[in-house]
Amino acid sequence: MKRLFRRLCLGALGCTLLVGAARADDEIRIGAIYPLTGAAAGTGVELKAAAELAAAIVNKEIPLPGNLAAGAGLPNLKGAKIKLIFGDHQGNPQVGATEAERLITQEHVVALIGCYFSNVTATASQVAERYGVPFLNASSSSTPLTERGFKWFFRTSPHDDLFVANFYDFLKEVEQKKGIKLRKLALFNENTLWGGETTKIEVKLADEQGFSVAEKILYPAKSTQMTSEVQRLKAADPQVLMQSSYLGDAIMSMKSYKELGFAPPMILANDAGFSDSEYLKTLGKDGDYVLSREVWALDLADRNPLIKQVNDLMQARNKVNLNGNSARVFTGIAVLADAINRAGSTEPEAIRKALQETNIPADQIIMPWKGIKFDEKGQNALGTGIIVQVLNGQYRTVWPFNLATTDVVYPFPKWEGR
Amino acid sequence: MTNLTVTLLAQTVASGLMIGLIYALIAIGLTLIFGVMDIVNFAHGEFLMLGMYASFWGASLFLLDPLVTLPLTALMLFALGVLIYRLVIRRILAAPMLSQIFATFGMMILLRGVAQFLWKPDHRTVSHSLVEGKITVLGLQFGTPQLTASLGAVLVTGGIWWFLNRTRLGTALEATSIDREAATLMGINSQRMFALAWGLGAACAGVAGALLSTYFPIFPEVGADFILIAFVVVVLGGFGSVAGAFWAGIIVGEVEVLGGFFVGPAYKTALVLSLFLLVLLFRPRGLMGKA
Repeated sequence: MKRLFRRLCLGALGCTLLVGAARADDEIRIGAIYPLTGAAAGTGVELKAAAELAAAIVNKEIPLPGNLAAGAGLPNLKGAKIKLIFGDHQGNPQVGATEAERLITQEHVVALIGCYFSNVTATASQVAERYGVPFLNASSSSTPLTERGFKWFFRTSPHDDLFVANFYDFLKEVEQKKGIKLRKLALFNENTLWGGETTKIEVKLADEQGFSVAEKILYPAKSTQMTSEVQRLKAADPQVLMQSSYLGDAIMSMKSYKELGFAPPMILANDAGFSDSEYLKTLGKDGDYVLSREVWALDLADRNPLIKQVNDLMQARNKVNLNGNSARVFTGIAVLADAINRAGSTEPEAIRKALQETNIPADQIIMPWKGIKFDEKGQNALGTGIIVQVLNGQYRTVWPFNLATTDVVYPFPKWEGR
Repeated sequence: MTNLTVTLLAQTVASGLMIGLIYALIAIGLTLIFGVMDIVNFAHGEFLMLGMYASFWGASLFLLDPLVTLPLTALMLFALGVLIYRLVIRRILAAPMLSQIFATFGMMILLRGVAQFLWKPDHRTVSHSLVEGKITVLGLQFGTPQLTASLGAVLVTGGIWWFLNRTRLGTALEATSIDREAATLMGINSQRMFALAWGLGAACAGVAGALLSTYFPIFPEVGADFILIAFVVVVLGGFGSVAGAFWAGIIVGEVEVLGGFFVGPAYKTALVLSLFLLVLLFRPRGLMGKA
């Protein structure tokens, strides 16, 4: 018995040594922290699949035609391979921080990517900052994340302020294109942190850019009826209704609009509830014609063949289409691989420097951005959102005009006679 | 505020009335249970939620309209109410009030958790119902599902009132609520009356759930949105008073909708809860409650 135990110990030791040796030579470990269990596990598993697809492409396990960033692998590191080590934050900021610590100190990762939830990204990136390990955030949109003066934090995705700014760019361009006026706004946002912050930015930008706010309503998202809200909006008679809602209230508001016959010329929604797959399932035709900002849409593939190729690979491996979240995580891994290759080393400082010098053109990514280039805060300065419109139960890209797959339908049709 | 026309105002009043009648129906179940045995049922919103899910599954699995399955939903909830009485409430009748509160509160969390576990936290809706679209009367627009729901609420409320005041069994229930011991001496089985109150109370919430399910999103925590308002209605109407809950439901609906319209939607819940505080301060027995 004793002898057996000793042998097992020796064997285990030997294995550890072997793995250790292998790791040093041709394996570059990247930590990825996502919600793999808990309420958001469904999303987390998709994000994991997207990250693994990106790693497989970098490692040339799958050949990718086209000019995808980092599709060339890691020639500067003698063709070393990326290995993703996953951490599960369960939607909990504390767990996120612990997982970051574990990945850095025990798994010896050279960089971290995560965490989807803004509040988890905040705590996990603090740990990375303390240890001096590069942290790439691909899909959290809370603006303050890049306002913390961190040295090791980089974000590829556009943030909330930018998305709101997009609304006004969109309105002005539509005004020009259609020869109409869209200056009288009503803001209709839910009253938690997100809706409140969005309202502030919307009001500020409206003032700066010559739009008037005829009505501003912050409504309680948990509510049994929306009659008073809708009646106020009706009385204000806006040209554009700008709305930030979660799923339940998005559905209830559309039903109330129909019931009370409220049909402003344009409804411009702020993603979230309006992009949830349940939104269309529930409302069917009554969900049509709403415009919403988005980070990504599958129909972008019409203009960018790279998207179709990557999506086909995702379909083949995981039987799901890419979406705004998984496409951003895929891109995040590609950006990390590109930087590590240019760094030619696994030293954190070299990788950080390479990330700071990132300059990837628009035609090498699967996002609707003008490219990827970080400013001094670590924020990608070339990111932008898109605007989609629900037409016949599908989200179609209508802005920026050069990426659009169809024309904006204006005005929002009256409910009668649909 | 621009364009404040008579139509807009009338429309707002009408909408307040329609939602108020639903509040009334939910509150009647609550007030019935309290009136008969002085127990506050915190799980009442969850009965509503279960009524909604029963309608949803009837519609999505068997393609039966929520209005068709409504009697069945009411029966199921009645049975559940009786079951909960027999399993839980009967054992805590003599317990301190805190234990009673915690028992029904715990049931609320349990039912919510079970719903989330079994049916996921997603928002669901009955996609096609017998009642769809809207009708326009004198320039006022009424969503057909909302109108049906409020008419249904009036019918059920009227039915409950008739039962309590015009039938032998109902009178026995009333008698138990007025004086339990005297009623027992008259040969009324108070245990059966309690079970009946729980059954009826749960059935009211179930019917309200079925009526709401034709237009309201269904999710495990949906009861929370309604229960708070239902408590205000019960207090305003007077604990234990069915007629009081009916009128109070309408008042609360109007305060919420009209107040939200004039003062601002951000304050609509605050207005309803201010009403709650005022009633407690100046007329704690409510509009028609027992002194």
